[in-house]
Amino acid sequence: MITVQNISKRFGDYPALHNINLTIEPGEFIALLGPSGSGKTTLMRIIAGLEFQDSGHVLFDGEDVSTRKVAERGVGFVFQHYALFKHMTVAENVAFGLSVRKRKDRPSKVDIKARAEELLGLVQLGGLGNRYPAQLSGGQRQRVALARALAVEPQLLLLDEPFGALDAKVRKDLRRWLRGLHEQMGLTSIFVTHDQEEALELADRIVVMDHGVIEQVGTAEQVYMEPASPFVSDFVGEINRVDVTVTNGLIRLHDRQLDIPANGHADGPAQLHFRPHDVELAGAGAGAGAGGLPIIVSNLFRKGGKWRVEGHCGALDRVIEIDLDAADTPPHVGVQLVVRPTKSRIFHTSGR
Amino acid sequence: MNSPFSKRNRWRQPSVLPGFGLTFGFSLGWLTLIVLIPLATIFLKSAGMGWSDFIKVGFSERAVAAYRLSFGTAAAAGLVNAIFGLLVAWVLARYSFPGKKVVNALVDLPFALPTAVAGIALTALYAPNGWIGQYLDPLGINVAFTRIGIIIALVFIGLPFVVRSVEPVLADLGKDVEEAAATLGATRHQTFTRVIFPAIGPALLTGFALAFARGVGEYGSVIFISGNMPGKTEIAPLLIVTQLEQYAYDGATAIATVMMIASFAILLGINLIQAWSRGRAGA
Repeated sequence: MITVQNISKRFGDYPALHNINLTIEPGEFIALLGPSGSGKTTLMRIIAGLEFQDSGHVLFDGEDVSTRKVAERGVGFVFQHYALFKHMTVAENVAFGLSVRKRKDRPSKVDIKARAEELLGLVQLGGLGNRYPAQLSGGQRQRVALARALAVEPQLLLLDEPFGALDAKVRKDLRRWLRGLHEQMGLTSIFVTHDQEEALELADRIVVMDHGVIEQVGTAEQVYMEPASPFVSDFVGEINRVDVTVTNGLIRLHDRQLDIPANGHADGPAQLHFRPHDVELAGAGAGAGAGGLPIIVSNLFRKGGKWRVEGHCGALDRVIEIDLDAADTPPHVGVQLVVRPTKSRIFHTSGR
Repeated sequence: MNSPFSKRNRWRQPSVLPGFGLTFGFSLGWLTLIVLIPLATIFLKSAGMGWSDFIKVGFSERAVAAYRLSFGTAAAAGLVNAIFGLLVAWVLARYSFPGKKVVNALVDLPFALPTAVAGIALTALYAPNGWIGQYLDPLGINVAFTRIGIIIALVFIGLPFVVRSVEPVLADLGKDVEEAAATLGATRHQTFTRVIFPAIGPALLTGFALAFARGVGEYGSVIFISGNMPGKTEIAPLLIVTQLEQYAYDGATAIATVMMIASFAILLGINLIQAWSRGRAGA
């Protein structure tokens, strides 16, 4: 179990992390998700021992490792740009962690070689041990980096933007494969990403970070369906944001009353968030669609198995995105429609 | 149909980098004009004297002693520079400190300084009555007018070559590679010997080769500090000048030819080692 207690860290005047608390269970696959500058990489580097916190503690299985050096923490770290040793062969890269051990702990040369070969087989690079990193593709290098990190049998595997530099297809394959490897080896893994899709797909739990604080910790389902803050709602998945006012338990957009329950929200300015797929469309005929957002369809395109409708909302002077089933007949550009969110969240704008 | 590519040379790959023919031709012409023709005249001049004379002058006892001295001290100075130049490059590439720009400029100073100035300054320092020499003299260490003096002069003028060759490579060597070594359990010492040093090795070798080559050809700074005793502290370039002063042009070109061939062979060897190590890294 990994416990992070009250970690704070500043870089000069810049507060990178503020009072972070987090517990990670053995065997979990955790994503640290956030935009750049959110502190996610700094948090992971502190857990690894590559960076040191100004205050707070890092505990591995209840033992405080805060002052332990990176080499003594038993973590495997996969760097964003692989950080392979260019002058060594792939096999030598993988064997590095074993070959630098003290003599009494070091396996024999034959054993090291066998172990490296075994790990290369595990990452599906068997037979490429004699190549140099420069002769491999990006995805292959990433897997060498992974095999190298696994060679020292870490109790914790840390991956910094592991798929960041790869193209979309390779990324997807590697993602699924990594998930399988994580389960097969019974690892505890943490990975940093700014790609919410990656986090939603891979992680058991997602830690959403912004500006050095944790905004929400939860499963993909929780983070997507019940975002704890406007930031999470906005950052995870696609969202339409509408500035509204709550008065007497009713939601108003300028002078128009929206047909959405304000369930107990206090009066004042607020943001209405709804996902593109959580809407009903109605024609703009008399009476129909009262209490919705009037839009004029400005753009329409196929997005995978859905239709994406972009409508300009005159009252807001902004574009509202709507998804329709592929089987539906899409509206024409220029048609007036009324959008009524079927599922939405309200966040007060005064608070944060 | 007329292909738009039909006019091009068949062996040339279409490339977005323009002007291969022009630039290559110009490079070749330039090299010929600046390097090959002057060197060829040395060969021609010495070829006029016949084999036996050539051997007699080019490999006389005095000349051989001068070659030994020149190549030996240049190699020694190159080694010293490789070690301490690496240190300077390390500090410049890794750390920021007040006055870094000044230090950076100081490194280049030996490039700009007239070598005679360096020679005079070093001699004044290391002469038995000089600032440093007066403390070394009672210890029985003579620097000026010995080989040590020559090596010091060559270290001085060769330093920028190593620093400027290694520094960009060190700066380019990502911090993450060192961190990777650390996460894998390597000590700082292991990280240096097994990760950093092999990565900067080719650049260090380049710096050494440049410092060495410069040292072999160096004249101005050495003649002041070496004392120029024939057979002992007389460097080969000085011997050539001595020959010229005695209007023995054949002798001068013979010695020059030997030096040139030896230098070329050594530099070619170093280049081959580099090509081999680069090939290993697959870059």
